[in-house]
Amino acid sequence: MERLRRTMMFVPGANAAMLRDAPLYGADSIMFDLEDAVSLKEKDAARTLVHFALKTFNYQEVETVVRINGLDTVGAEDVEAVVLAGVNVIRLPKTETAQDIVDVDEVITQVEKRNHIPVGTTKMMAAIESAEGVLNAREIAKASDRLIGIALGAEDYVTSMKTRRYPDGQELSFARNMILHSARAAGIAAIDTVYSDVDNVAGLEAEVRHIKQLGFDGKSVINPRQIPLVNAIYTPTEKEIQNAKEVIWGIREAEAKGSGVISVNGKMVDKPIVERAERVIALARAAKLITEEDI
Amino acid sequence: MEITQNAVAGTIESSDIMITVNPNATQEISISLDSSVEKQFGQQIRKVIEETIKKLGVKAVKVTAVDKGALDCTIQARTITAIHRAAKKDTYDWKEIDSWNA
Repeated sequence: MERLRRTMMFVPGANAAMLRDAPLYGADSIMFDLEDAVSLKEKDAARTLVHFALKTFNYQEVETVVRINGLDTVGAEDVEAVVLAGVNVIRLPKTETAQDIVDVDEVITQVEKRNHIPVGTTKMMAAIESAEGVLNAREIAKASDRLIGIALGAEDYVTSMKTRRYPDGQELSFARNMILHSARAAGIAAIDTVYSDVDNVAGLEAEVRHIKQLGFDGKSVINPRQIPLVNAIYTPTEKEIQNAKEVIWGIREAEAKGSGVISVNGKMVDKPIVERAERVIALARAAKLITEEDI
Repeated sequence: MEITQNAVAGTIESSDIMITVNPNATQEISISLDSSVEKQFGQQIRKVIEETIKKLGVKAVKVTAVDKGALDCTIQARTITAIHRAAKKDTYDWKEIDSWNA
């Protein structure tokens, strides 16, 4: 089953309490930040703390992601520390070109080989945060087999575009669509940027509905309080679940009979409808609304 | 590793520990601890700090620890960082470090 990434929570890598508590809030992925959230002189301390957190705490089903520093600074040291600790995904910030991904991929490969970890175990994702990165998104998304997704980092992006963030998000329209199309063409996930105004619940809700409509897999969150709302918006309604179940049952029955085309409730069901139904079922299962036995 | 300068790692935020290390002229490991959970866990905290220091091959150091309810893994992480900083050592031998808890 495809992994869900409705919510990816940012956790500062230098904060001992938050590293421990991070899996408790219901995010699908947690991203320990060694980059912007950590001051230059604390990079070593945060890296060590994150290494021990990954080795010690049981994050269970929650996907662990670490945002490393660029290879031009201490990125290679970050890679070694977190690969050896068994992180699921390494997130590269400020990705501008496909070569940036190839370079980090190579560093990860060296660490995996040196330590007898099967090459490819550690996955990657790329954050795109500039005009250059957005224009290269298509190549970036296909730059490595390790890539599981690309994400928009809007704060740096709007600065590079000589604008700022507005409530209606018009300034992000091209970047969002470019990243989404690049991700879909590469068969990987697309994760939307953070919503920084933590107290503005209505604003967050409007933005999440918008990015869900566009087709994003999920959203980055900076505060645990944002998780229930994002997860709820990505949770299918009872009617959607029922429709999806009927499609799945219908296709199963048709396969058993050996017939190619089926109709459910008078509507013809083809491949795209089945795929959408499967995603609805996956979301419903993630939200624990149904179990495997229900379908 | 040899402690050649003073160094600090960690914070005094809840669930963290601040480890200050200084060179020790008396060629021994001395640990002074101030903890909010001293009565219940003081002995264990000292043990984790001392074992970590010994495993890093440090023979002489003065440690001052201010604990705010840190877990063992946090105590280890902060001690390791403080010792590396005090020994001016930038690279960590993760395989060796991980073997301690294996």
